[in-house]
Amino acid sequence: MIPEIGHFALFLALGLALVQSVLPLYGIARNRADCLAVAAPAAIGQFVMLAVAFVALSFAFYANDFSVTYVAQNSNTELPWFYRLAAVWGAHEGSLLLWMTLLASWSLAVAAASRSLPREVASCVLAVMGAVSAGFLVFTLFTSNPFAREFPAPAEGRDLNPLLQDPGLVIHPPMLYMGYVGFCVAFAFAITALITGRVDSAWTRWTRPWTTAAWVFLTVGVTLGSWWAYNELGWGGWWFWDPVENASFMPWLVGTALIHSLAVTEKRGIFKSWTVLLAITAFALSLLGTFLVRSGVLISVHAFATDPTRGIYILAFFAIVVGGSLLLYAIRAPRFDAGTEPVAALSREGLLLLNNIFLVVAAAGVLLGTLYPIFADALGMGRISVGPPYFNKIFIPLTVPLVVLVGVAAVMAWKRTRAEVLRSRLWAPLLVAIVLGVLLPWLALGTNGIVAAAGCVLGGWAIATALEDVFRRMRGRRVKLPRGVVGMALAHAGVGVFVIGVSLVTAFGSEHDVRLAPGERASLDGYDFTFKGTRHVEGPNFVAEIGDFIVREDGEQIAELFPEKRRYNASGQTMTESGIDAGIFRDLYVSLGEPLSGDAWSVRIYHRPFVRWIWAGGFLSALGGLIALSDKRYRRRERAAKTVPADTRARVATAEA
Amino acid sequence: MRWRLIMPVVVVFALIVMLGYGLTRNPSELPSAFIGKPAPSFDLPTLDSDRERITDAAFQGSITLVNVWASWCVACRAEHELITEISRRTGVPVVGLNYKDTREAALRWLGRYGNPFAVVAFDPAGEVGIDWGVAAVPETFVVDRDGTIRYKVVGAITREEMNDTLIPKLRQLKQAS
Repeated sequence: MIPEIGHFALFLALGLALVQSVLPLYGIARNRADCLAVAAPAAIGQFVMLAVAFVALSFAFYANDFSVTYVAQNSNTELPWFYRLAAVWGAHEGSLLLWMTLLASWSLAVAAASRSLPREVASCVLAVMGAVSAGFLVFTLFTSNPFAREFPAPAEGRDLNPLLQDPGLVIHPPMLYMGYVGFCVAFAFAITALITGRVDSAWTRWTRPWTTAAWVFLTVGVTLGSWWAYNELGWGGWWFWDPVENASFMPWLVGTALIHSLAVTEKRGIFKSWTVLLAITAFALSLLGTFLVRSGVLISVHAFATDPTRGIYILAFFAIVVGGSLLLYAIRAPRFDAGTEPVAALSREGLLLLNNIFLVVAAAGVLLGTLYPIFADALGMGRISVGPPYFNKIFIPLTVPLVVLVGVAAVMAWKRTRAEVLRSRLWAPLLVAIVLGVLLPWLALGTNGIVAAAGCVLGGWAIATALEDVFRRMRGRRVKLPRGVVGMALAHAGVGVFVIGVSLVTAFGSEHDVRLAPGERASLDGYDFTFKGTRHVEGPNFVAEIGDFIVREDGEQIAELFPEKRRYNASGQTMTESGIDAGIFRDLYVSLGEPLSGDAWSVRIYHRPFVRWIWAGGFLSALGGLIALSDKRYRRRERAAKTVPADTRARVATAEA
Repeated sequence: MRWRLIMPVVVVFALIVMLGYGLTRNPSELPSAFIGKPAPSFDLPTLDSDRERITDAAFQGSITLVNVWASWCVACRAEHELITEISRRTGVPVVGLNYKDTREAALRWLGRYGNPFAVVAFDPAGEVGIDWGVAAVPETFVVDRDGTIRYKVVGAITREEMNDTLIPKLRQLKQAS
């Protein structure tokens, strides 16, 4: 019964989504205020329906209702309850339901904030989001129904993919999807701008917080994804340039460009059509990511269900949404950039223009590398895989100048900056960065090298310049700093922390593959690992061999690690759970390979200096975004909104009259 | 309407055509070049050591599966267990050609996923790969006992492909002699 309620709720949600999209657009075309007014209640109703469906599916998982095919395929009575709930988004159908529920949550948030927007704008934004939601609902209901039943019901489920049975999975996909879907709001605002023909400072002030919010979620999602891969895949790596990873990284790059371009559009009223194009692109890449992951055109370690009809549907949907909005863009955008002035090289807008170029080129590079296998196939060059050698080659030269630019960001003034100002303010951070670059690896790890020092100087530069700006602004002033300034400094410092982490783990990370029998030892970078043996343990839905390793440094025990080799009962798949001793300056990481003759195991030992800094940097940047989001400017927008679009209000008023 | 503003639509349209084509492609279709021709000659060090070498003479006298792989190749990971399975089920030895890789990474990869290869030739510069017409990894060749290439799979082997073509093909070649 409950799955049927969920199924029925999805149909109702589809009906409401259609109402939410069609009526307001009709209202705009015909100037009908009553039609505009439908948007917000429809969005609320749609959210309620999707929430009902989501809860219904969660309950089916919780109650082990294996007559629901999707539950039978992705759950098991032995699966702990929290993984049963997370299994809702463990595969295709449920991921879509999560996607739509989150989209409805964003619509709900827009509807709640819509009182501070002109009714025409709010309704149009909700209409666009409703249309996207309707597309996904049709897709779900007709190709990927999560509530489909199967009789007779199997007695036991097939279990959740063991790769996904990790705490990271409980929060990683929802965060990532919040980010993906969040760009739908920026997209909807962009389409609204194209329809109403207005990109003014009010429009950017409405769009910015939504974009930043989506970006924060996406940043957290991508960072958690990297962390999950490190913990769960057992290769000691933090990024694999896997198509699914790239699918989340491309919208992040373009979203970052969008945040910066929005700043220029708000402050200087230029780059308008570019900003709109970026907003469309960021969401287009989110959709493309969905297509790549869901259609199975690319082979990936994340390989999910593949089904060509789904791929064709998503592709058609992508063509309509993205092709349609870009066509609208081609027709309407020319009016935005009339009479803009040239941009000075030494100005904040000039700097941000460069930033945008680097970010967009980087995104294009990742896109090319991700899709190259498909292109090669289409051109008859065979089915192939493009690996990290390509991505590292294109990516490093693009990110290094970007980080250099980050340091100059705070110092650069709008319109024009004198070179002397740059010189007088930047020498101190540069000095700090160089000292840090020389000392940090040496103090923390007792060694240094060119790559490491260069990376630390670069990272130190981003951190020092960010701090310089905050300190200089605080000096001699009692007023509190604007949250936007603090947020930007934190986000940029986060980039620096990330760069330091990446360069040190790349320069000094080391690993050792070794055959160890109980009682034997191996050493790596001055750490001594003693293998004490393995013991057999039964988990809730798996059996495991748990290794026991004592780690000593200078004869003193500093950690005891318990890497596991699990074999899941239902699927028979084996999984490696690494044993990790985490630290600020280094991780020691042991994973069990294969059992060898006797009691011996092949064991992999990793020393990963500063690897935590990679994720710390990501979270710091996200925190910066969060702080920027709480800036007073955005809470004041209510008043600002009421004064700006007087003509809209007048039109609506006449319509009401 | 300005032409430069139409560019995004054109780009996206091209992308959609490509992706649509990608969807319709049957991954098990095989290109015809190299099939029925003698395997290109080579002389490479093995992955284990620079002192040991392997040449195309290794193919003489037994049916061999040649698998081109690299540790950085995601698709190789996907087909790896199938390679092991084919070798186990047919008894055909698999010669690996490690392509544009480092020794350390390749050995670690084998340690992680198991080593189905009788021997692995180490081709860090990808020179032999060029002779064999390897556009990118993975690729798999069936080489007859006289050193002739009989079959070629471009890209990762799928389970259907293994069951429906590769294993019957290998068994048929074995019986023919």
